[in-house]
Amino acid sequence: MVSPKGLNDFVIRFSNINGTGSASANNMFAKSVFRMGIPVSPKNIFPSNIQGLPTWYEVRVSEKGYLGRREGVDIMVSVNPQSLAKDVADVSTGGYFIYDSTKPLHHEYFRDDVHYIGIPMTELSRTHYQDPRQRQLFKNIIYVGALSALLGIEMSVLEGIIADQFKGKTKLIEPNIRALQLGQNYALEHFDCPLPFRLERRDKVGDSILIDGNTACALGAIYGGATVMAWYPITPSTSVAGAFEKYANKLRIDENGHKKFALVQAEDELAAMGMVIGAGWNGSRAFTATSGPGVSLMNEFIGLAYFAEIPVVLINVQRGGPSTGMPTRTQQSDILLSAYASHGDTKHVLLFPATPTECFDLTATAFDLADRIQTPILVMTDLDLGMNDHLTAPLQWDDSRQYDLGKVFREEDLEKGVNFGRYLDVDGDGICFRTIPGTHPTKGAYFTRGTSRDEYARYTEDSDAYVRNVDRLAKKWETIKTLVPEPVFYQGSSNSKLGLVFFGTTTYAALEAMDMLKQEGIAVDCMRIKSFPFCESVETFMESHDQIFVVEQNRDAQMRSLLVNELELHPKKLIPVLNYDGMPITADLIYRHVMQQVSTKQKMALL
Amino acid sequence: MTYIKPKFRHPLLQKNEVGYTKSDYEGAISTLCGGCGHDSISAGIVQACYEINLEPHRLAKLSGIGCSSKTPAYFLSNSHGFNSVHGRMPSVATGANMANRELIYLGVSGDGDSASIGMGQFVHVIRRNLNMLYIVMNNGCYGLTKGQHSATADAGSTSKEGVTNPFQAIDLVSLALELGATYVARSFSGDKSQLVPLIKAGLAHSGFALIDVVSPCVTFNNKPDSTKSYDYVRHHLEATSTIDFVPIKKAIEVEYDTERAVRLHDGSYLQLHKLAPNWDPTDRISAVNRLDEARKQGQILTGLLYVDPESKDIHTLEKTTARPLNTLREVDLCPGAEVLEGINGRFR
Repeated sequence: MVSPKGLNDFVIRFSNINGTGSASANNMFAKSVFRMGIPVSPKNIFPSNIQGLPTWYEVRVSEKGYLGRREGVDIMVSVNPQSLAKDVADVSTGGYFIYDSTKPLHHEYFRDDVHYIGIPMTELSRTHYQDPRQRQLFKNIIYVGALSALLGIEMSVLEGIIADQFKGKTKLIEPNIRALQLGQNYALEHFDCPLPFRLERRDKVGDSILIDGNTACALGAIYGGATVMAWYPITPSTSVAGAFEKYANKLRIDENGHKKFALVQAEDELAAMGMVIGAGWNGSRAFTATSGPGVSLMNEFIGLAYFAEIPVVLINVQRGGPSTGMPTRTQQSDILLSAYASHGDTKHVLLFPATPTECFDLTATAFDLADRIQTPILVMTDLDLGMNDHLTAPLQWDDSRQYDLGKVFREEDLEKGVNFGRYLDVDGDGICFRTIPGTHPTKGAYFTRGTSRDEYARYTEDSDAYVRNVDRLAKKWETIKTLVPEPVFYQGSSNSKLGLVFFGTTTYAALEAMDMLKQEGIAVDCMRIKSFPFCESVETFMESHDQIFVVEQNRDAQMRSLLVNELELHPKKLIPVLNYDGMPITADLIYRHVMQQVSTKQKMALL
Repeated sequence: MTYIKPKFRHPLLQKNEVGYTKSDYEGAISTLCGGCGHDSISAGIVQACYEINLEPHRLAKLSGIGCSSKTPAYFLSNSHGFNSVHGRMPSVATGANMANRELIYLGVSGDGDSASIGMGQFVHVIRRNLNMLYIVMNNGCYGLTKGQHSATADAGSTSKEGVTNPFQAIDLVSLALELGATYVARSFSGDKSQLVPLIKAGLAHSGFALIDVVSPCVTFNNKPDSTKSYDYVRHHLEATSTIDFVPIKKAIEVEYDTERAVRLHDGSYLQLHKLAPNWDPTDRISAVNRLDEARKQGQILTGLLYVDPESKDIHTLEKTTARPLNTLREVDLCPGAEVLEGINGRFR
């Protein structure tokens, strides 16, 4: 049996039953790795269910700082009899299978190439705790305690996490620490500790934080000045509203205890978008958060906001589609839906954050862009980014930053007698001035509509006026290309003819794959797209490379289609690298795809 | 095409207390059919806003899609307007109201816009008691698509094409009462003396005010056997009361009859001259019973049906700050870098 070396470099997966309180124990484990200064990347793999079904929590530990998912499971902590067969099968050769040994494991679950570590979790918990709920909860803490011995987690780190968690409920600290010790002592007494897979304190996380993208988006909305949020519950976006409410209730209360925000749980996604449009029209910064099915429902309204030119921010936390699809799995499969949402000629601005820090920054920026451009801005995250904790740079805010409210005529402007036409392009950039209802007693009122209109917002069916208006919108689209965030380039100096393009959560795996390829002597220029419409620099990159791998998490290579369509590129140049099984993409997959293509090409050259 | 009215105003036109002439409350020339009931309702809105001395820019008018939803272009041209999408005006109005609680919101909808495609939003805007006046211009048919029956057409009604409607009607007024609406009235586009005070009181009401106005479609649904025709409505009209609206300022000066007066939340009054027996405007059950009785007798009961003078709108229920949210800036909204550093600390 090979014993792999795994100092600060392994994947551990916890197998639990949904609704048994395992989440907080598993979080405690991930946080302890983080607090030992070692980069960590936890992923929750959960069912669309509240109680009873199998759920997994996979943690990658990587001293090198690779935060994407990695193939293979080195350590399995199995606390769910329902999924035993699968869990045993999923362990890599030479890995460890840690299980609840209160009842003996059936012989069919034993593999020759895996190490078995039995901890009587249920029995220890039953012996030391009386209350049935406590027995269940502390069973989870007991396995964390066992892991502290097996993997070398510093006890003081775990104690610190427990102290933070139960601040103000000090009574709960002692029984939790006792549970940790029960597990720890059992492991120390029965096994050689630590295992070859183990942790050792490092200083590799700096001032980073461990936070999920949905919370970061909500904070971005608070800092970006959002005052109205309308939403309808849908996984995986729901916690954006939850976090917005939580922080707004702390940070947005006036001197009388009243709210400086409005949060409306709408009757459906259609209404949610209608409310955001109404608030945006009336001069508030407003947003919604939803996922694919919600965006489908919002289509008509998104078209209205595009055509009537109303600032709207939509956070699309993508999940597995189509239809109800895989509601608790991740994908990047709403690219085309979002880019071209609604009937008629429509195009929308998309932003692609790759980290929670960018979720914060780009959500705040989305409000400035929405007001500046007067159009819907869609922040494209996904379940992986939104719901999983990620190691990320701390959130930062520059106190001198002012909100860009865009082109708005105020009372004093109207009083001066400006020539106000709501759809009059006075600056030649396709973006017109607007007024907010209630501004002036006799000047600046206009009629907003989804029907065709002239420059002064008067209804018209005149063909020339219609064409002038939609051509101006096309001109505005060109202006937008200069306003949206530029792409990020990596390894640009390699002068390679090969390009690797990615965005959002494919970034983690793509950057790791870039390093893996480099080790094989294959240099690829990398570009991370941050926005749509594509900036000129995106076009330059695409044109200056012969073969470009486009990495994304959907079946139909939607970003590739968007690039081909918008930049009029030859489709053969763009090679799709796709992952769409609902699990976050791995570096191994990207590496294999690129190597396959490259070696084919090399073979062709030899012939 | 667009009709623009001449801007010239006679200098001696009478002005109201806030300095506006009645024509300042008008809009573009209507493009609806001659004799359309909706135009009478638009005129009623103009009259009511002029009489209560409303500054036009303090009101936002919103609508969905359909003949009725075109009317906001035909009144209050000094107010911002929003002709949204079919059946979705309530959500747009909700968002607008959240952004600025100080404006007055007037929503105009039709029977198709409210009772069919927009039923979901109609129900929920009532549930939230959004502070707005919601006028349904109810003609029992889809005028703009040439006369199909709508969900408020009475069973047995025959369209111009000769199709008889076999299905029972949705009565928006009964539904609103059932849902807990806090101001419910019905009127007839041909009865301006009743409609104007109802609009005034609806605008003053703090919470959701519904006026369902039977408004005959002269082109597609004005046959004598249609229950939404001028002839039928005139012959079957039964009023709960005649009312006068007494605005806040005047309320102090006018002697009102306490037995007949309902004091609204903002301090204005409704003076009622009751015509219906066994009915109390602040008793929801009596309104429901009286409506039922009228229906059995083939009558169309009009007037104020129910009002809750203690109504609390969504901002009160949700404890929103007094300042309109759309006036708040960085200093009010952004917690700043130091607070953010504290938040970062909790994620370490």
